[in-house]
Amino acid sequence: MTAYEIVMKSREKGRPTALKYIEKITENFFELHGDRKFGDDKSIVGGIAEINGRPVTVIGIEKGETTNEKVYRNFGQPRPEGYRKALRLMKQAEKFRRPVLCFVDTPGAYPGIDAEERGQAEAIAVSIRDMMGLKTPILAVVIGEGGSGGALGIAVADEVWITETATYSVISPEACASILWKNKDKAKDAAQHLKLTAADLKELKAVDRVIAEEDFGDEFFEKLKNDISSFFDGKSKLDADELTKQRYDRFRNIK
Amino acid sequence: MGFDLRKFFFRKPNIALEGQEDGNSAFVPEQAAIKCDKCKTLILSDDLTANGKVCAKCGHHFKMGARERLKYISDEGEFTELFADVVGENRLGFPEYEDKLAKARESSGESEAVVCGEIKIGGYKAVAFAMDAKFMMGSMGGAAGERITRAFEYAAEKGLPVIGFALSGGARMQEGIISLMQMAKTSGAVLKHGEKGLLYVSVLTDPTTGGVSASFAFEADIILAEPDALIGFAGPRVIEQTIRQKLPAGFQRAEFLLQKGFLDAIVDRRRLKETLVDILKKHGVEKSESAQPATDTEELA
Ligand SMILES: [Zn+2]
Repeated sequence: MTAYEIVMKSREKGRPTALKYIEKITENFFELHGDRKFGDDKSIVGGIAEINGRPVTVIGIEKGETTNEKVYRNFGQPRPEGYRKALRLMKQAEKFRRPVLCFVDTPGAYPGIDAEERGQAEAIAVSIRDMMGLKTPILAVVIGEGGSGGALGIAVADEVWITETATYSVISPEACASILWKNKDKAKDAAQHLKLTAADLKELKAVDRVIAEEDFGDEFFEKLKNDISSFFDGKSKLDADELTKQRYDRFRNIK
Repeated sequence: MGFDLRKFFFRKPNIALEGQEDGNSAFVPEQAAIKCDKCKTLILSDDLTANGKVCAKCGHHFKMGARERLKYISDEGEFTELFADVVGENRLGFPEYEDKLAKARESSGESEAVVCGEIKIGGYKAVAFAMDAKFMMGSMGGAAGERITRAFEYAAEKGLPVIGFALSGGARMQEGIISLMQMAKTSGAVLKHGEKGLLYVSVLTDPTTGGVSASFAFEADIILAEPDALIGFAGPRVIEQTIRQKLPAGFQRAEFLLQKGFLDAIVDRRRLKETLVDILKKHGVEKSESAQPATDTEELA
């Protein structure tokens, strides 16, 4: 597959969205709403669930599957209150020493008037900074589109995993092509050059693990669940200072 | 003024968000006089410089280079540059990137989009950095992110406050994911610096958008902005394309952000130094003379 074919696949209809992962991988998901400041963003879902009996805080950017759902979820483009809700739930997780699991799937944070008015930049900035110091394990899994700062806003983690046809990029190939070459048709070239595929990202150390998708069958979810569970087993043994130091170093070393 | 000032008429500003190519036209050229973008008054270049590149008539803030900014707030207009050896490279083998870097270096006279230094301001020692619009519109790639990260780490180690001038039109897309990761890296350094109880003051300048606004620019203890600066996450062009309507006047300007609660204050550039000195004083920063003599510059570099 070319890079652009992978981009198309990462956005494909029918691809499992965050809620599907939550349903398949966790038990007893109890959704928690609201940022306690302004409202409840529908693009980011969060709550407490269990994985193999361990309580975890789960957060996901949800795109929706049907057209109605997509509109309801704002096509997975969070507003500031989404990032503030996510951070609220992460701080709650920290208090109770629960690990945090984030599913990332967004074309980007919402570029709208209301989002700007309510401080989109500030919301993402504070989330990134505070995730860096969160004293509980964090795992982020990019499951579809990892769209720029809007994705990073919930992806400052001890490890970042990605499924094999998901992407993670600083800018969409279409926007890149139109800015650099004033030509959207060059998106294919841009996709190639941006090095946004799972394999390229692994090489650049932006992701730590690439997950085989196995057509998203039951074995895929079962294996991912067990991998996540053992990841949290390992990270839970570290004391908080060591954990945050390793997280800092992970990002510090990307030059 | 015995010559025709009109031939020095200045081109309209054209701030390119993300599209860094167009970013150079809004600068004051080395000409005798410049027309103010806002009130259209002709100003002698020397007068403008003497007034901190602010129009004496209407208060319009002209663009200022990174080095110029650091000098402007430093005592005796001098500072010790840090991390100048950290420079960018074409990590992804992105087409035309080397050319763009070369052009940016030529037009800005800088080796990267951010200049860092140790300064003395009102007798206080601080680490400061400023971003330069002439260098690919202040976009943050691996080298710029590394310089800013080191600035915070250096300040944390030396127990110094940080003053940062943010400016960015968008991502350094030629560095792909490396560029995005600088948001996390710089944020981590801000956090560590802050955990030591040290002060960080951010000054948002025109424009501060994209990954820079969504990372270190908005993570400071005190967030100031210059009047009329464009500040936001998405650039206005992107928003207009998304919502398919024109944005209201003043949208995403500093005055708008102040009203919405996202800035501590808007400070006229001509009062910025005294404001910063006052903030440092209120945070118990020690004067450098009493701390140690300024002979330890050999540790820098
Ligand atoms: Zn004027």
